[in-house]
Amino acid sequence: MKILPSEITPYTTYLSRRALVAGGLGWAAVQSLGGFAGKAFGQPPAALKYTRNAAASIADPPNSYADISTYNNYYEFGTDKSDPSEHAQKFRTQPWQVTIGGEAEVTGTFGLEDILKPHPLEERVYRLRCVEAWSMVIPWIGFPLGDLLKRFKPTSKAKFVEFKTLYDPKQMPGQRVPVLEWPYVEGLRIDEAMHPLAIMAVGLYGKTLPNQNGAPLRLIVPWKYGFKGIKAIVGISFTERVPRTTWAGSNPSEYGFFANVNPQVDHPRWSQATERRIGANAFGPRQPTLPFNGYGAQVAALYAGMDLRRYF
Amino acid sequence: MVPTRWLKPVAFAACLLPAVHLGLGVLNATGVSHWGGVSLGADPVKVMLHTCGRWTLNFLMITLCMSPLREITRWVLWLRFRRMFGLFAFFYALLHFTVYLWLDQSGRFGALWQDIVKRPYITIGMLGLTLLIPLALTSTAKAQRRLGRRWSRLHRLIYLIAILGVWHFWWQVKKDIREPALYACGLAILLGFRLWKQRRSPARLSVAKPARSDAA
Repeated sequence: MKILPSEITPYTTYLSRRALVAGGLGWAAVQSLGGFAGKAFGQPPAALKYTRNAAASIADPPNSYADISTYNNYYEFGTDKSDPSEHAQKFRTQPWQVTIGGEAEVTGTFGLEDILKPHPLEERVYRLRCVEAWSMVIPWIGFPLGDLLKRFKPTSKAKFVEFKTLYDPKQMPGQRVPVLEWPYVEGLRIDEAMHPLAIMAVGLYGKTLPNQNGAPLRLIVPWKYGFKGIKAIVGISFTERVPRTTWAGSNPSEYGFFANVNPQVDHPRWSQATERRIGANAFGPRQPTLPFNGYGAQVAALYAGMDLRRYF
Repeated sequence: MVPTRWLKPVAFAACLLPAVHLGLGVLNATGVSHWGGVSLGADPVKVMLHTCGRWTLNFLMITLCMSPLREITRWVLWLRFRRMFGLFAFFYALLHFTVYLWLDQSGRFGALWQDIVKRPYITIGMLGLTLLIPLALTSTAKAQRRLGRRWSRLHRLIYLIAILGVWHFWWQVKKDIREPALYACGLAILLGFRLWKQRRSPARLSVAKPARSDAA
């Protein structure tokens, strides 16, 4: 029987060890943190070692940790914005494995530490625009998705990347209700996935992700609507065909595969021209939504010549 | 009658509670006060919008419960509350609209008009609110006397308004339709009860005396 590293070293211990060793702190601190993180249930967020990527960050003040961690959509834990923070506390993020499959030379199941090991973490302050016309600013900790994908040597047939969330109705009460098709599936065209702005996030505000925000591993594609940012990823697959993604598959007239933030193309039932920025100015005016959520200069070229009204 | 003397003010105060809760929430959210436990969360405007919308539907349902309750319990007392509950439905609908126009759309009437024209669920909601206005205006005993039989016909609009209200709710949820479906079921039962009554004694509705009409 093969023992995976993920079964030996708790993920948070691993991450905090990285942080502490790099920070030059002593063995005793490592020990105490190790014991702390050893509790299998409801891992509290642990400090991460990272550098700040100012070039990829926006200047807007980030939302408070409280707002980010108590107001979000994560239907696996319920459809209310407060459900994830209320129902994800006991979610187990270790051991955690990710299965890589499809059109790539390197496939198989890997422990989370093996997935993360080679990637230095960085902080990027990104805008997040929900398809429901609200937005936040979030200091994510992560690394470029493309760097991860290249390690698996995708073949020439790999035109798309498909991501899958854990399916575990015992832990994820929302999955006991057929509100969506479970497990949640998201996907990107390979060139989108390789774009340097697309990241795999493992933390926010300098600490590991709270369970309700998609721990231990989630996708962030800042120029797309938030639902593309699939959480608690257990599967990554390279495909030749467009993946059947959850929202686009269940309601193709309202949600597209691309789901690029676009103030010109309204949701059939509501306008996407403006957004409410959650936070300090909660009673202030809505603000205009920017094409590609303000990342047009970097990503618009990916969609050159495409009719964005058709491929919304 | 003795109980209504104090029952009515108590019911009135209870009907105001959701609005009071929102008011405290706003004071807390804007830092004016710090009442423990009352928080409207990260997006207070949305909470206000949804709370007022829900209570509009709740009061429409409650109003529609009054005459079936009268039938079932043979207690006329229920009908004495009908007007108050109906007016609270209008109050919360108006509040819902005010929050939408003033806080959500920052008072931009142009945006409002765009929404009414372009978004079917807003068109329906606006229609429901508009139809509530004549009912609120003719809710006085005087208007009821003056309009006579036409009053009960006019006030049957509440059936349509309730349907529009539930439809408005149903059409704007993203995916999870459980809650609007619950309202739709409740409304189906309330309207179904009336159809069933009418079938059993078709003469009753048409000859109902205006003063104690069966409209609602």
